[in-house]
Amino acid sequence: MTAAHVMASPCGGGLGPPLTLERVAGLPPDMLVETILSGRPGTPMPPWRGLLSAVDARYLAQLILKGGLRP
Amino acid sequence: MRSRFPAARFPAARFPAENRRRMGFMARCMTLGATLWMAGLAWPGAASADALRGTGDLGLVVERASGSVLVVEHTRGTQLCRITGLGDLSHASAVFSRDERHAYLFGRDGGLSQINLLTCALERRVVQAGNSIGGAISQDGTLVAVANYEPGGVRVFRSADLSPVADIPGRTGRDDALSKVVGLEDSAGQSFVYSLYEAGAIMEVDFSAGADRPPRVIHHGQAGRQPYDALITPDGRQYIAGLFGEDRLSLLDLWHPERGITPVLPGYGRGDTPLPVYKMPHLEGWGVARGQAFLPAVGRHEVLALDLASGREAGRMAVAGQPVFIVTRPDGRQAWVNFALPHNHLVQVIDLESRSVQATLTVGAGVLHLEFTPRGERVWVSVRDEDRVDIFDTASLKKVGSLPAAKPSGIFFSSRAHRTGL
Repeated sequence: MTAAHVMASPCGGGLGPPLTLERVAGLPPDMLVETILSGRPGTPMPPWRGLLSAVDARYLAQLILKGGLRP
Repeated sequence: MRSRFPAARFPAARFPAENRRRMGFMARCMTLGATLWMAGLAWPGAASADALRGTGDLGLVVERASGSVLVVEHTRGTQLCRITGLGDLSHASAVFSRDERHAYLFGRDGGLSQINLLTCALERRVVQAGNSIGGAISQDGTLVAVANYEPGGVRVFRSADLSPVADIPGRTGRDDALSKVVGLEDSAGQSFVYSLYEAGAIMEVDFSAGADRPPRVIHHGQAGRQPYDALITPDGRQYIAGLFGEDRLSLLDLWHPERGITPVLPGYGRGDTPLPVYKMPHLEGWGVARGQAFLPAVGRHEVLALDLASGREAGRMAVAGQPVFIVTRPDGRQAWVNFALPHNHLVQVIDLESRSVQATLTVGAGVLHLEFTPRGERVWVSVRDEDRVDIFDTASLKKVGSLPAAKPSGIFFSSRAHRTGL
């Protein structure tokens, strides 16, 4: 449910950058996974470690890198 | 009288003379009746008094995944109809015309839709930006303003026909890049007050000289880091911006803007490491009651009470999770609170007199929004992941009804038309 929720909502409720293909192309997958789990301090991107497993985070990262994430 | 057909079908010449006068009278009655009857056919709903309805108990429920809204009535708690084709409503809100006939829906994709609540129709739709977050309607009801993320700024339209009036870039004047507009609220004097997320500023656009003249754009000052939303008190006096990047909020007294922006609840985090925020809280004028604003702490599981006269903290209440919406019952006796993940199946009821949590209700998965009926006997709660809207009695706290809805999010009642800042 949580992963689905994350996929259904824009980054930071819209305050964050749109996760389009152009934006994420070329980013190392591990970096994306780390960002998902640890967040980005000082921005509305929270650490999702409390709600998502590493497996979930990797799955999300793959989705993002394949086609960008759109609400 | 044998017949109910219109008089034209019975030419008077077919009848004996002494009946012609009677027929003439009957013919005139029937002609009048036929005319009224046919007029009734041309005007849906006029055929009987039951079919005419008022607008005071109407509302909208946003169906966030299907680009549709339900038109509902809160007297009996039923759906009247569904309107589709409204674009991306994954974050959507609505305001109402002063006659409660129309709703203006602001969609995530920049769509601005004018909906007729009585005919259940989309009358006009303008995709006025790439990405927007909400809007407001002016004090006199003639102007609708939209808060845009992309391009950052405010666009204003005539409420009558959505014709464009003004395009205000999200800038203070000292910055190069455009900021996203957040916390857009209507205020007195034909003004809209708003904040700029990246620039951290509080701005105002004033249309009191009329919609045909360029508006006055005012930079009131800096709110602080990353204002994410704002509210205006129901009397239109205080604009309060919540900050994401700082441990406080900012207050602007619109009756005395020359006094500048005041920090309020400074250091409410008390030095504690903030908890993760999985969904941004929302500030709305409904969170004000009893001379206080009840505000969500960011990164703490608390509701903060701000005394509006003194600008000082009047206490805080520990709650079950990160508050998203804090909505006070119209009589100011209760506040109902919903939460971000992982607590978004709960609603808590706070007794505002004792400032204590009165009840914790397990409602269902994905409680997104709450809306009181105008006099507060009921509250409607959207339960997105269970595809329904629940109706609670606010005295007994019992669920008294439910409507099916597809992934419901925002619930907006027409009585908002007569409130500033909603």
